[in-house]
Amino acid sequence: MKARVTVTLKSGILDPQGKAIEGALRSLGIVGVSSVRQGKVFDIEIEGGDRDKTEALLKQAADKLLANTVIENYRVDVLG
Amino acid sequence: MKAAVLHFPGINRERDMARTLRLISGREPAMVWHAETELPSGTDLVVIPGGFSYGDYLRCGAIAARSPIMNAVRAYAAHGGLVLGVCNGFQILCEAGLLPGVLMRNENLRFICRDVYLRVERSDTPFTRGYNAGQVVRVPVAHGEGNYIADGETIARLEGEGRVLFRYSSPDGMIDPNWNHNGAINAIAGIVNERGNVFGMMPHPENHVETAIGPTDGRGLFAGLVEALDRAA
Repeated sequence: MKARVTVTLKSGILDPQGKAIEGALRSLGIVGVSSVRQGKVFDIEIEGGDRDKTEALLKQAADKLLANTVIENYRVDVLG
Repeated sequence: MKAAVLHFPGINRERDMARTLRLISGREPAMVWHAETELPSGTDLVVIPGGFSYGDYLRCGAIAARSPIMNAVRAYAAHGGLVLGVCNGFQILCEAGLLPGVLMRNENLRFICRDVYLRVERSDTPFTRGYNAGQVVRVPVAHGEGNYIADGETIARLEGEGRVLFRYSSPDGMIDPNWNHNGAINAIAGIVNERGNVFGMMPHPENHVETAIGPTDGRGLFAGLVEALDRAA
């Protein structure tokens, strides 16, 4: 089973990397960008085909390791 | 002092740390590999040195914080054992949940490698008893992610309970954004846990202990620890 865990910075947490990317986009002439926040994507393959189990397992993985919940939020998407 | 220096893949300051501990305590520290599940018996100081454990993959300190030896460190700390984390060691302690908050990318996005000045906030802890409160010490930093942050409630608690032991300051002890190199909230350079036995700091006191190299302001931290442990024995 394929799944994706997306980790993003919580709002209010300063993201200096996002700010730098935002500046670089502007200097490339890509207009209209008002904000950039950088995050992480984990594409994960799980043995077995149970959606609920996969989701529960990946939530555990995100809480324990993939995200630092002090500063980050995460979302689990089971892609099937 | 029976110090144990933890060794993770990618750490590169463990020998500096061991040298300093030997120099100041007169005793060779034990080097403990990350895959171990127990600390050497009689350990009275655990030191997590600096470096780039696991290449800073995922987040600084994240993978090291979940290694087998950290369960032993957690149990040891729960019994009141002293733990010192420096640089990556501080990041590991935060990721392990032994200290609150997180070390973010430096505000200016640059890796900072230079001497900084730290104001000692209090001297009545095992980690700072070798200094006077208000004293300014000069020690090096070498990090890309040392910008300390936590939620407002945590910061208020840290400040209210006097758990900030070092702040980045000017040479005369003023707290000023120009001297807060990495942009840490309230210029925080080092914090202690609620119980007062687990301490993390970004700067490297172990690198300023010998006159042949330069200033020796780092000695106070280690001499103070030796003294605290002698008194407890």
